[in-house]
Amino acid sequence: MTTPEIKGFLLVAVVKMLVVFTAIMVGVIMVIWLERRGSAFLQDRRGPNRVGPYGLLQGLADGLKNMMKEETWPAQADKLIFLLAPTLAFIPSLLLFAVIPFASPLPPFDVTVHVLGLDFGRWVYTGPIQMAVADLPVGFLFIIAISSIAVYGIVLAGWSSNSKYAFLGGLRSSAQMISYEIALGMSLIVVLLLAGNVTLPAIVARQQVGIWYVFPAALGFLIFVISAFAETNRLPFDLPEAEAELVTGYHTEYSSMKFSLFFIAEYAAVITFSALMVTLFFGGWDIPFTKWDAAVPTAWNAEAILRVLATLVAFSLKTLVFVWIYIQVRWTLPRFRFDQLMNIGWKVLLPISLGYIGIMATAILIFHPLEAAHPKWFGAILFGINLPLLVAFVWGLDRGRIVVGEFQRARLEG
Amino acid sequence: MAITVKVLERPEREVSYLRATLKGLALTFSHLLRPKVTMQYPEQKSTADWSLSPRWRGTHRMMTDEQGRAKCVACGLCPQICPANCIKLVPGEDEHGNRYPLIYEIDEFRCVFCGYCQEVCPEEAIHVGVHYENAEYERERFVYDLERLCAQTHPVSSLWDPSDPKGE
Repeated sequence: MTTPEIKGFLLVAVVKMLVVFTAIMVGVIMVIWLERRGSAFLQDRRGPNRVGPYGLLQGLADGLKNMMKEETWPAQADKLIFLLAPTLAFIPSLLLFAVIPFASPLPPFDVTVHVLGLDFGRWVYTGPIQMAVADLPVGFLFIIAISSIAVYGIVLAGWSSNSKYAFLGGLRSSAQMISYEIALGMSLIVVLLLAGNVTLPAIVARQQVGIWYVFPAALGFLIFVISAFAETNRLPFDLPEAEAELVTGYHTEYSSMKFSLFFIAEYAAVITFSALMVTLFFGGWDIPFTKWDAAVPTAWNAEAILRVLATLVAFSLKTLVFVWIYIQVRWTLPRFRFDQLMNIGWKVLLPISLGYIGIMATAILIFHPLEAAHPKWFGAILFGINLPLLVAFVWGLDRGRIVVGEFQRARLEG
Repeated sequence: MAITVKVLERPEREVSYLRATLKGLALTFSHLLRPKVTMQYPEQKSTADWSLSPRWRGTHRMMTDEQGRAKCVACGLCPQICPANCIKLVPGEDEHGNRYPLIYEIDEFRCVFCGYCQEVCPEEAIHVGVHYENAEYERERFVYDLERLCAQTHPVSSLWDPSDPKGE
């Protein structure tokens, strides 16, 4: 049963998978390069500049080296889980990207292929080809679900290593990721309320018509950024790794390619979460101040292809900005203490995001009639509501009451 | 008994986390544009603010006379003074009664690069050199024989002179 539609669907799916997987892997290598090179520049050093032009091939060389290295198996380790853990860390961070639309859709096609006298039959794809590997109707929920799975890789790695440092790292990460998972999900509820839809292309489309959600959900964005840093175990929330005290925590016992998988997973997660920030709050592949990119293509012509390329570039540039923020923050801030981490997660971000949902839901309910006629004004009003909230949040966070230790807290409270 | 911790009374601007974060980000960003301090070693061996000292004591060099013979007269002072016992000298004598080294070997692994051999040498034959790139593929290659010591071309160390401590 191979109808032209099934053939077309399979072709599109396979091509998209291959392209996105390759792009992410190359992207990971480039981001690792950017991190090493960027950190060097931030510290007045030069960074890797020997392998390839500007050291661009350093990541490739390191990967090759890691594949050649000896694998070590800790004697007391639980072999099966020890082997499974890196995979479990690696797959979710790749899976997350599957639902993110990275460019405007391509036009549908209906072709009959004859190559070198061979008849490949008719290939049909109806409707515009969404530039996401899987255009899931539940894209948003998929992200929330899969990002929670990532914690398994780290926890199991720490547990199966049968080493106290790895175990402590695993414990910390489970506490941390579960805590921030909630704030992460809560901060995105406002986006859902605004978009009224859980598919990511629809969320992007709504932002194109109205206003980027970073304005009507400004505080939500701030909470999302903080939670995303914690979710990806990046500084200032990298307690599961904590080189100084846990000798890199959960992956202490890992070597060669198994270690590399954790490493790739971390950077893939950085890329994915940057892409998520762009998609949910910065209009995805939307090119600002233009209407041209929003048109739905119907025929294959130069304009349609140019539109896809232009929006892809816009998306990549926006993502790169957030990747860079990730990197610069890492090389600026020191690590939180564990009690500070838990305080921020449970006592600050969670109640604030809950209260925020309440306020924004009310505001959206009140101003909802405006939306259809004046989407921009609707966004602007919500931004106006956000501003005092944002100021209050920053003011509260800035008083030093959240990140101080228990002793000083007791003193401050008398 | 509870541990007493001294808590300093600090002004708010010093304990504020967000302001400190933004300040830190601005600082790290400003470093992006500053000149790099790294010396590109294999291509670049000295920079404006760093070069090898002329008093550096590195691997040895034997000076030669006009005929290309080692200046060494095999007096035996350098193996005598060497604290690491790394110089092997077997003296020989020609028909005119001139002494010369039959075997002269320095084990650069044992050498502590004190420079006493250069100080003690009456003929100014053996010198420690201003040189540091000594890598070899085999351990045996670190025993420098007379031929190799004579073939070295790097500059020699100007040892510290007690009467002129600043090298003027």
